[in-house]
Amino acid sequence: MIVPFSHVFMLAGAVFFLGLVCIFTRRNLIMTLIGVEIMMNAAAIAFIASSVHWHRLEGQAFVLFIIGVAATEVAVGLALVVAAHRRTGSVDPDRYDLLKW
Amino acid sequence: MSLYAVIFYLLAALILAATGLAITRRNPVHAVVFLVFSFLGSAVLFFLLGAPFIAALEVIIYAGAIMILFLFVIMMLRVDVADRIGLSVGRWIPSIVLGVLFLALSALMIFRDSGSAAVLVPAMATPRGFGRFVFERYWLAVEIISILLLLGLLAAVLVGRDKGEKADPSGDERGEEP
Repeated sequence: MIVPFSHVFMLAGAVFFLGLVCIFTRRNLIMTLIGVEIMMNAAAIAFIASSVHWHRLEGQAFVLFIIGVAATEVAVGLALVVAAHRRTGSVDPDRYDLLKW
Repeated sequence: MSLYAVIFYLLAALILAATGLAITRRNPVHAVVFLVFSFLGSAVLFFLLGAPFIAALEVIIYAGAIMILFLFVIMMLRVDVADRIGLSVGRWIPSIVLGVLFLALSALMIFRDSGSAAVLVPAMATPRGFGRFVFERYWLAVEIISILLLLGLLAAVLVGRDKGEKADPSGDERGEEP
């Protein structure tokens, strides 16, 4: 007996919400990517809880794929941040105004 | 309350506290260090919920590889520490309203579900059984993920390649290809 299923889901929802707050309030592209990571981790927690609830291994398999997608997303996202920083000298998305006239 | 439940609530408090500290730090390096604690807590939670292989992957890939990649980029770019946090007051109101609505709706949905009161029974998926399951039932998805990782590598190399251009906000810095 661990805990009720809903408590794990509420933990996942709260962590997801914290990631959302991080994305919306920070003016720093690196912190935005960190927020996406937090949200993916929350999704992984929900999948693992579902896996142990229904005694199916599909949830754990999906967490494996989530980790793969998160690694790819971080690699490409950080490369984009580096390219944008090289071009504009800033990681503040408000400073990316090359197309503003 | 069993020992498992005590461990779970301690882990939940640790994860929430570490994540909350991480998203409010001004210095991104401090944020990454707190986030490593959050991911380590998640790994122990996965172990508690019967997924030891995923717990190992969480430590190795999330806390080990991805966070170190963040640290490398932060230290390479010399991000200015004086990062502004927060929105203007006019944008706080819709954010707070939408956030409270989201939390209330999700809590309502989770607790009204009839299966949500079921107490989780400890179970364990051995890494051997898990690997056999994945490669028997989801081998195509594993191949797709591997191709996706290869494409991500190519994209990171292409996008992050230094073409010898300086930080020049004018539009005509496109030099010749080497």
